[in-house]
Amino acid sequence: MPAVSKGDGMRGLAVFISDIRNCKSKEAEIKRINKELANIRSKFKGDRALDGYSKKKYVCKLLFIFLLGHDIDFGHMEAVNLLSSNRYTEKQIGYLFISVLVNSNSELIRLINNAIKNDLASRNPTFMGLALHCIANVGSREMAEAFAGEIPRILVAGDTMDSVKQSAALCLLRLYRTSPDLVPMGDWTSRVVHLLNDQHLGVVTAATSLITTLAQKNPEEFKTSVSLAVSRLSRIVTSASTDLQDYTYYFVPAPWLSVKLLRLLQCYPPPEDPAVRGRLTECLEAILNKAQEPPKSKKVQHSNAKNAVLFEAISLVIHHDSEPNLLVRACNQLGQFLQHRETNLRYLALESMCTLASSEFSHEAVKTHIETVINALKTERDVSVRQRAVDLLYAMCDRSNAQQIVAEMLSYLETADYSIREEIVLKVAILAEKYAVDYTWYVDTILNLIRIAGDYVSEEVWYRVIQIVINRDDVQGYAAKTVFEALQASACHENLVKVGGYILGEFGNLIAGDPRSSPLTQFHLLHSKFHLCSVPTRALLLSTYIKFVNLFPEVKGTIQDVLRSDSQLKNADVELQQRAVEYLRLSTVASTDILATVLEEMPPFPERESSILAKLKKKKGPSTVTDLEEAKRERSADVNGGPEPAPASTSAVSTPSPSADLLGLGAAPPAPAGPPPSSGGLLVDVFSDSPSAAAPLAPGSEDNFARFVCKNNGVLFENQLLQIGLKSEFRQNLGRMFIFYGNKTSTQFLNFTPTLICSDDLQANLSLQTKPVDPAVDGGAQVQQAVNIECVSDFTEAPVLNIQFRYGGTFQNVSVKLPITLNKFFQPTEMASQDFFQRWKQLSNPQQEVQSIFKAKHPMDTEVTKAKIIGFGSALLEEVDPNPANFVGAGIIHTRTAQIGCLLRLEPNLQAQMYRLTLRTSRETVSQRLCELLSEQF
Amino acid sequence: MIGGLFIYNHKGEVLISRVYRDDIGRNAVDAFRVNVIHARQQVRSPVTNIARTSFFHVKRSNNWLAAVTKQNVNAAMVFEFLYKMCDVMAAYFGKISEENIKNNFVLIYELLDEILDFGYPQNSETGALKTFITQQGIKSQHQTKEEQSQITSQVTGQIGWQREGIKYRRNELFLDVLESVNLLMSPQGQVLSAHVSGRVVMKSYLSGMPECKFGMNDKIVIEKQGKGTADETSKSGKQSIAIDDCTFHQCVRLSKFDSECSISFIPPDEEFELMRYRTTKDIILPFRVIPLVREVGRTKLEVKVVIKSNFKPSLLAQKIEVRIPTPLNTSGVQVICMKGKAKYKASENAIVWKIKRMAGMKESQISAEIELLPTNDKKKWARPPISMNFEVPLAPSGLKVRYLKVFEPKLNYSDHDVIKWARYIGRSGIYETRC
Repeated sequence: MPAVSKGDGMRGLAVFISDIRNCKSKEAEIKRINKELANIRSKFKGDRALDGYSKKKYVCKLLFIFLLGHDIDFGHMEAVNLLSSNRYTEKQIGYLFISVLVNSNSELIRLINNAIKNDLASRNPTFMGLALHCIANVGSREMAEAFAGEIPRILVAGDTMDSVKQSAALCLLRLYRTSPDLVPMGDWTSRVVHLLNDQHLGVVTAATSLITTLAQKNPEEFKTSVSLAVSRLSRIVTSASTDLQDYTYYFVPAPWLSVKLLRLLQCYPPPEDPAVRGRLTECLEAILNKAQEPPKSKKVQHSNAKNAVLFEAISLVIHHDSEPNLLVRACNQLGQFLQHRETNLRYLALESMCTLASSEFSHEAVKTHIETVINALKTERDVSVRQRAVDLLYAMCDRSNAQQIVAEMLSYLETADYSIREEIVLKVAILAEKYAVDYTWYVDTILNLIRIAGDYVSEEVWYRVIQIVINRDDVQGYAAKTVFEALQASACHENLVKVGGYILGEFGNLIAGDPRSSPLTQFHLLHSKFHLCSVPTRALLLSTYIKFVNLFPEVKGTIQDVLRSDSQLKNADVELQQRAVEYLRLSTVASTDILATVLEEMPPFPERESSILAKLKKKKGPSTVTDLEEAKRERSADVNGGPEPAPASTSAVSTPSPSADLLGLGAAPPAPAGPPPSSGGLLVDVFSDSPSAAAPLAPGSEDNFARFVCKNNGVLFENQLLQIGLKSEFRQNLGRMFIFYGNKTSTQFLNFTPTLICSDDLQANLSLQTKPVDPAVDGGAQVQQAVNIECVSDFTEAPVLNIQFRYGGTFQNVSVKLPITLNKFFQPTEMASQDFFQRWKQLSNPQQEVQSIFKAKHPMDTEVTKAKIIGFGSALLEEVDPNPANFVGAGIIHTRTAQIGCLLRLEPNLQAQMYRLTLRTSRETVSQRLCELLSEQF
Repeated sequence: MIGGLFIYNHKGEVLISRVYRDDIGRNAVDAFRVNVIHARQQVRSPVTNIARTSFFHVKRSNNWLAAVTKQNVNAAMVFEFLYKMCDVMAAYFGKISEENIKNNFVLIYELLDEILDFGYPQNSETGALKTFITQQGIKSQHQTKEEQSQITSQVTGQIGWQREGIKYRRNELFLDVLESVNLLMSPQGQVLSAHVSGRVVMKSYLSGMPECKFGMNDKIVIEKQGKGTADETSKSGKQSIAIDDCTFHQCVRLSKFDSECSISFIPPDEEFELMRYRTTKDIILPFRVIPLVREVGRTKLEVKVVIKSNFKPSLLAQKIEVRIPTPLNTSGVQVICMKGKAKYKASENAIVWKIKRMAGMKESQISAEIELLPTNDKKKWARPPISMNFEVPLAPSGLKVRYLKVFEPKLNYSDHDVIKWARYIGRSGIYETRC
């Protein structure tokens, strides 16, 4: 490569730069730049030819000015000219300018592409390299279109130099990443795989990156790479550190290449060929062995490189999950790292162990490190490492160690970082439930949880406790006793009051025998907390009181007094007031039998997936924990086969009213807070996150579509969530449509994106313009979107309106046909009988006439038919047809390109309940379409 | 009140730093430098609030003067003080340059001690200051005890701006009416906005404590006087001008102005600014600019500008400069002008046409061919307005000095003995015509 010699430096440029640096103020700098720009402009004016050197110099100055933050709007041409120079420095500056400054829609792109093409064909490795770098730096779709076919050829050609091959592989990788659809797959793919055998390690490294990315998309095509990768890997691993010369990094042979090869292997299952498999196992063992060797250097780079390879090897082992021996060794290796000085290493070790814990082979091995992990949780300084430790504890937990782990987590919770508290709470709640042998332990744990971190206990957690207590007869009494004791603390968290209120309301009778917890004591205890609570909790407590009335008739008087007090009966909050009034009334009028029926104990909840689990997943993002979770559930399915109750079936999820419904006399039906039943369990929602392509048309939309042919306003679509209304007006070939999206629920829609989809044909004939709408639609709110319509030429299809949004956790997708039909651009024309028949005759060409005979779908009412014809858009001509029963209409369809006259005649036959519709227009397609549209209507 | 005052050079190095109050810490100096002088985006607001501290700054030839406060002060007062401070410094050592500041830093600290006390502005009258802050130092034999006590009594007295016992052989009085006229005109010659801001500056060399009375053709005063003689009102009504607002030097008796609309005062010795005013009606536009811009294809632009002088032919305008902006893709310019000199200045993206002198009721023209470099940028040239600079010996507002009377009852010289000079200078402010 020709080096830039000292004499080759550009003096003018250096002077300019030093001038700028010496400027005292911003103004002076701008003045200097303006002067220079004027100078360059006068040089580039084109009346004198510039030599390559000055061109290069000026382009360089422009680039410098651009990088200083000023706009450059000329000089592109000169830069492109530099590309055709034969000197390296000039070409290099040209490419530099283009990579930095030329945007893809420039008109120069053709010239640039041409220059690049020439360089690629030049066989000069330096020039080819420059061209490839430019393609990769720009990396736009246009570049991909122009060169995606060419680069693979260069990559696999036998006579390409190594350095060029290396650049070509990386360039292709870049293009594939930006526009994968444009990179053609072909026979070159098989030859690329063989680059893994190349002599030059640089080429191999570049090719491995490329193959890994390609293999992720098309694993089948690159299957052969596995054995090649394994053999390459084994050659590296077994080589002495001096063998690879340039590619040995602090005594580690080719660490980057090793890591990349290991990554590539992670795209595939364990090799089936026993020989390859054996070799791979040998390699992995060798890597694990090396980790045990004493370090060859004290430098941090040495250990970093070595550990990078090791961790990648371990993730391959975990990925394969087939060699118990290796898994256990990996686990032991990681165990050593757990106590390493280096924080990063500890973090990585914990993270890898998390995945190891889910493998059946290594689960036991991981469990042996429990003490170390717990220790890490307590002593680690870095919060992110502590977080990993919590994850690992969660992952390694099973029935045998659940009690210990839960206890540790609980004790850690008291000092835990605020950012991870909620997550720990959820984890504790899940583990306690899942591995509970003894439900008294479970109840204790959760109450403890609420006591320690009440603020972080979400609704789901305490719903869950109640579900479990209700579904399990054996713990009810214990639960009642425990919450009663817990409530006696002077300050207790509101969540505890909620749980206490609910449980005592249900099972307070189980502990009423004890004089220390007599009904009256229970009531006073709860009521002492009443005034400290928020409205939803108070509402719940009121329900508890009425339940007490049923459970303990002896406290009825006291409770009625409380309900009757002004602070309840005249409460400012409507919900509380209503409850007080209704409960008071209920307690006075209803007989004990009725009371007993109305206020019966809650029935067991139906079995469903735990909502806490769903919540945890939502918190962490679907991808990270899911696999682990999945595996965990499988293993533990038999551990706790018992009922897995769901969040209270109908309305327990909606905050105020777990007990409103238990009475069945909530004044208003509780708002459906959860997603509609059709969307399935909460868990499913998390997984169905990926937005699919446009949904199939919503059922019933065809019907609605037909209705809109003859009218402009109305409701186009409606389901439980969403209502779409239309309002439109048309004049000649223009129209405007307002689409109203109404959110029928009380929750906000997120990512609300309506899009209009037109087929290519339609796009040419109908131009639609929309304004984007706000992506968030509040509950009960309506947003409006205006569509401007212009009819360019006649058309048959209708655009499809696709609406995507996120409701609760679920992704919703609705498609409806938008009723923009050709007849909307109808202008009625009145004419006399004579004119009509004259024109009718003029349109006598057989293609111009379309006739259809069809059976009436609706009762044949003259007035309705008339209204429909007018609604269709044409004028209704009276007293034109000799037969008064027939309908005759005329009008003009306006499009941008043409105006199409249109005559129609509808002859009803009352006896046969049939119609004959005849349409004559000056254009065949129009006649056809109008006939289709109109015949649907009768 | 002002908590501190700093002066920086263009690089942001501190030249002068004076802190008056405890609430301003040393780090305030750095805060201003980092957030204003070295800010990424140019700070255009003269007031900056950083961490509940307000910085008021003005720039004088690449030096920054910043007043700092933590209190809610009257911003107009602070700026008035800063301007005054600049005037005082200019009166002592000329241009406010970095070098001058460095050479006079002892003097500046001395001045700062005098004109600001615990953040409250004090007497900033140059004349008064010069009596006791001198550069040559005070020698005891020159200044007797008596003189010193006189200074004290003067500075703290009722008329703090004028020393007693001044005597001149020739009692002289100079009066300058300095106006700057601002204009924005449409290409068709329609006035879009115009106003004049003017100052009356006096230089007095009068003995003793004379009482002066200044009269001008202010509409209100004329009308008030004209009540008695109706025909005079109609005669002079034409010439009277409507002043939108005005401010006076502290020596003017405001109570008298309020009650009688007369401006009477005891002038300080030497130069001072008697009043400032602004008018917006019936402005005389000394020059008219008629632009003609023609785009010939994508690569050429023809510009023709005619200027017409619109005042008495006997008067001569000076220092005329017309600035014609050129497009950003100008690659070459050819200029032809009959009068003066014209040059394309690439660093300012403009053609600058200079004429030394021009009499009234004349016209002159320039034509230029501008070659353009085709660019791939579709943006159209914004056509900034053509601006102009000049100096004419008339007051564009139409203000006339009607009289300036001097009464000195104690010393025996009368109004007739005083030699009085008056002159009018109209300068261009922002004088622009769109093209």
